[in-house]
Amino acid sequence: MMDEGFLGYPRSNGTIGIRNKIVVLSSVVCANTVVRRVAEKIDNAIAITHPFGCGQGGISLSNTFNILAGLASNPNVFGALVIGLGCEVIFSSLLADKIKKSEKPVNSFNIQDVKGGTISAIEKGISICENLAKEAGEIKREFFDFSHITLGLECGGSDFSSGLSSNPSLGILSDKLVNLGGTSILPEVAEWAGAEHLLSRRAINEEVAQEIMNLFKGKQVENRSPGNIAGGLSTPEEKSLGNITKGGKATIQGVIQYTEKPKGKGLWLMVEPGLDVISVTALAAAGANIIVFTTGRGTPFGCPVAPVIKICGNPKTCEYMANNIDIDASPIITNGKSIEGISDLLWKKLVDVCNGEKTNAEKLGFDEDIGIWRA
Amino acid sequence: MKNKYIIIDSKDNCATALDDIPRDTKIKLKDKIIKLNHHISFGHKFAINNIKKEDHIIKYGEIIGIATESISEGDWIHTHNIKSTYLEVNNDG
Repeated sequence: MMDEGFLGYPRSNGTIGIRNKIVVLSSVVCANTVVRRVAEKIDNAIAITHPFGCGQGGISLSNTFNILAGLASNPNVFGALVIGLGCEVIFSSLLADKIKKSEKPVNSFNIQDVKGGTISAIEKGISICENLAKEAGEIKREFFDFSHITLGLECGGSDFSSGLSSNPSLGILSDKLVNLGGTSILPEVAEWAGAEHLLSRRAINEEVAQEIMNLFKGKQVENRSPGNIAGGLSTPEEKSLGNITKGGKATIQGVIQYTEKPKGKGLWLMVEPGLDVISVTALAAAGANIIVFTTGRGTPFGCPVAPVIKICGNPKTCEYMANNIDIDASPIITNGKSIEGISDLLWKKLVDVCNGEKTNAEKLGFDEDIGIWRA
Repeated sequence: MKNKYIIIDSKDNCATALDDIPRDTKIKLKDKIIKLNHHISFGHKFAINNIKKEDHIIKYGEIIGIATESISEGDWIHTHNIKSTYLEVNNDG
């Protein structure tokens, strides 16, 4: 039964949400406070704010634009309101137009165009979002199979436990999702160094295999610190495998760049810088409707548009940060529990979260932070 | 501490210690009992099968290196008796 599907929100573009959020998005830092004041008045609305949108150009500008549009276009989003100031580099109307390509209801306005200053702008925003929330409330959850799930595979605050417990548990889960027709995205290109020849063997064709190898051509080949070697890591590939084992063993369909979306189902690699907040944001902007985050040291971070499930194998962290960790994988280390057994628990949690159960990060409201790679 | 080691993938020919395990400790595997020929520190690996020189060392179900000498079951596996295949691949280009 648990493998058959989940209850999600259908979207007109064919994607399925596991949440039904209204996004209030600032196109520029100057609109951040108005955005937050609007979102706090609306049920199920989330404020997405950031320090960018003006005084930037080139790749930094296009990254910001595309990540913001990608977040608001995520399947978990019902509709969006973009609020700008009116004189910035990222026009609120252009950002709204980009989000509209996802066939969601999208509104936009600039604070400078509203008579009555920010007091009126906040009122205007609330009024628009109340209408969006009403429409969103009319959408009901329906049953869909797991081919509609795109899973982001993230790790952060890694330690000795990650490669032995949480990462291999996530790898088994990712393979299961891919076998059920779903999609997984493995980010953090720097972590593949040392094992790219093993990844390339799993590529769907020679072209993708070569693309993976080319990412590292002429790059540094030694990734181990003296401490890593003292700790028992014998080769660069052993260190990298401890990380990329969270991507399972599925065939690699292709390599996507930062701000790109997977071009089909199955497992995809994503090139991006590998900082936790930036990676999770990039996964959500690429359309991941759920993220599993493996950690050893622990981390509270969530994401505005996609639930983030935390799994941790370090017994001390699981005790100290119990209310931040969703799945305790430490019995693998302390009590002989199998990796498969913990992976089963993780799968049950994933299904529950798809059906609407809140993750710990959602319960605590740790879901407003985003990170954008300025390049 | 119920288990002192972990075998991550069924294809693996090495196990990772989850505690410091003294030399001569008997390790119960699925199908046999082996004796450790060396002290194995937490996080370090030992062979669960005999491994010939030039054979692959498998962990995570993947090749993490090649044996530079013959390795017996129960032997400590580390930089003294295995080498990277990755570093060789990259030396070509």
